[in-house]
Amino acid sequence: MQEDTRQKAAIPFWRDERILNILGQVLFVVALLFVASLIYQNMRAGLARQGISLTYGFLSGISGFDISETLFAYSRTSSYWQAYQAGLLNTLSVSIVGIIASTIFGVILGVARLSTNFLINRLAAFYLELIRNLSLLVFLIFWYLGVFLKLPRVREAVIWPGDIYLTNRGVGIPWGLPTDSYPTFRLILLVGLILAVVVFLALRSYSKRTGRAPLTTVWTLLTFIGVALAGWFILPENPLTLDIPIIEGLNMTGGKVLSPEFMALTSGLVLYTSAFIGEVVRSGILAVSKGQVEASRALGLNAFQTLRLIVFPQAMRVIIPPLTSQYLNLIKNSSLAIAVGYPDLFYISNTIQNQTGRAVEMISMVMFTYLMFSLITSAFMNWYNQRIKLVER
Amino acid sequence: MTQENTVLPPLTERSGILRWLRKNLFGSWLDTILTILGALIIYWAVTGLLRWVFTVAEWEVVRANMRLIMVGQYPLAEVWRLWVALGFLMFLTGNSLAIWARRSYAATILLLATPALMALLPFGDEPRKWLVILSVVGVIGWVAARSKPDALGRIVVFGWILSLPIFILLTRGFTSADGVMPIVGTNLWGGLLLTFLLTVVAIIFSFPLGVLLALGRRSELPVVRIASVIYIELVRGVPLITILFMAQLMLPLFLPANWTVDRVVRAMVAMVLFSAAYLAENVRGGLQAIPKGQFEAAHALGLSGPQTMFFIILPQALRLVIPILVGQFIAVFKDTALVAIVGLLDLVGIAKTVLAQPDFLGLQREVYVFISLIYWVLSYGMSYLSQKLEERLGVGKR
Repeated sequence: MQEDTRQKAAIPFWRDERILNILGQVLFVVALLFVASLIYQNMRAGLARQGISLTYGFLSGISGFDISETLFAYSRTSSYWQAYQAGLLNTLSVSIVGIIASTIFGVILGVARLSTNFLINRLAAFYLELIRNLSLLVFLIFWYLGVFLKLPRVREAVIWPGDIYLTNRGVGIPWGLPTDSYPTFRLILLVGLILAVVVFLALRSYSKRTGRAPLTTVWTLLTFIGVALAGWFILPENPLTLDIPIIEGLNMTGGKVLSPEFMALTSGLVLYTSAFIGEVVRSGILAVSKGQVEASRALGLNAFQTLRLIVFPQAMRVIIPPLTSQYLNLIKNSSLAIAVGYPDLFYISNTIQNQTGRAVEMISMVMFTYLMFSLITSAFMNWYNQRIKLVER
Repeated sequence: MTQENTVLPPLTERSGILRWLRKNLFGSWLDTILTILGALIIYWAVTGLLRWVFTVAEWEVVRANMRLIMVGQYPLAEVWRLWVALGFLMFLTGNSLAIWARRSYAATILLLATPALMALLPFGDEPRKWLVILSVVGVIGWVAARSKPDALGRIVVFGWILSLPIFILLTRGFTSADGVMPIVGTNLWGGLLLTFLLTVVAIIFSFPLGVLLALGRRSELPVVRIASVIYIELVRGVPLITILFMAQLMLPLFLPANWTVDRVVRAMVAMVLFSAAYLAENVRGGLQAIPKGQFEAAHALGLSGPQTMFFIILPQALRLVIPILVGQFIAVFKDTALVAIVGLLDLVGIAKTVLAQPDFLGLQREVYVFISLIYWVLSYGMSYLSQKLEERLGVGKR
């Protein structure tokens, strides 16, 4: 012990690892700060030459440009800040629709890829190989210029069953129009939601108490749908009337018209992302060892029970982390909207920046916003992952 | 392979065509429905595609603009330099095949014959001549290296390291306008040439940066670790286009007033910074998979920290993540397309200019299908080669 400390003391400070570590870090920080201040100085000088100072005050100015589609009332007299919000909501709507659709399609693809049916299996494999080796930007531009803008003109619209109108001005789909009883119906839906939550919690506590596994999701959904249906028929008049798109002259009226830009962006993103999700799902299911299936069959569980209680929960553990990255990719890739002219967050911020010359401010805002999206999504998925992951002793 | 075949399955399991059909296509009524559905989809897609390719599509637009798609507005008189550069690469490929792929004859023949096969495509006479020469050069390289494969290994590696500077030097030129190699400005680089250069530069420069970031993230020095984490998460959290725009608009602002940076170089910087963050995470995965015993053994042998890292840990970690790294490189290649949005004339940017010509209005499908095909063939080729490489290195088997 005595000797040991003497040896330590004998090491000169320039070879003492602890001191070296601290010194190294100090040097690193100094270098980092030096580079950062250099960049900052240059930026200040550069902006001063252009006669701009760094403020966000310009956001309250009047935008003076139109946005082709917004989720709230917006005109060219609205402020830049409102334009930014419109873009934000458009990005959100594409992301949400995209995430839901690509999850459904991706799961189908992943399961098809594992099918014992030779034809289905090969078909899914071919699709995956085809999509995964394409450039997303080219894919999106192709969907826009090569598909949705090449649809027939409004007069010669192709009409699919279910009153879906395909035209080069967009895709018209039937949409619900609220009537006088709609506010009451919304209250009923709220009641249904609360009831569904109650059913969910009750079933879960039942399953914890008894060790049985009731079909929690199915019953929860059935409760909600049941209440909604009951409300729909009890009310004196239907809360929504079906509005079918009609061709009027050179335009479509009624229903809901989804613009070619929205359709191209969303369908391109969904088809592209679902190929990656398909691979994630496949690897997740394959990761569940065969012994688990055999063991559950030996315990007398049937095929459906095996899937629901044994395979699926274990596969989810493998699937969730890579699935999260795919969702994040989809959200970030939606910024390619600028290539097809859909007014999302990035497109609108680019317009604002072109008008005001505020490059630094706009890019910092956009980066911050996407960063927030990413953090919120991964926080949610991590919470979910935490909930389902293997409990280790 | 042969061993497996010598054991025949029992008689009842040996398959005839009918048995195979029954097992794989018509196992149950659900299977039958799926099969019929699949067959309908295939029939619909294949007939539609064939009809479009052979009767509707007008491929003249691709033939007429082939040079634009390949090299952009690179001056016609200087194109020979690119062919010479390609010849150098082809020679090295021949060398490498002779040295490292001695027994894979199929791959050798395929790779060396590819240029000659491409001569069958609708190029002009001049490119055809060069393409055939490329194949010949490749074969010469193969023959030259075959006699002394062991001695030449180092020289060929050195040649590969030099190939990028040589390629860029030849592409850019170094004399004034009346010299042998007048300088061709990067604004004239375009098409596949630009896509290719952006990809290669991004991959080569982001690799060391990515490895450093990965090591930084696992460092025991908190300051270094935090800085690495912030960089990686910041870059991974935002879309590539915001970084490309930042490089285009803000990089000149960050530099001293008298420095000017070329637009192509700005795009390259953005691609490098972006791909390094993703690479860092991939490398970190490999580092985490190395058992602690390897560190301890290296220390026991008296290796210092850096020595342990570079001679023991990194080689193993990188070998583990080869498939993921190749996947990342393919992603980089596909992502270079985004530079078209900031106005560079890469493959996608050139496609726009082709479609703006009055002769070829409305032929978007043909042009973008052709461009997609280029991306697909190159990406698929890379992933196929990486699978072969994995087999050779025995990833996952050792």
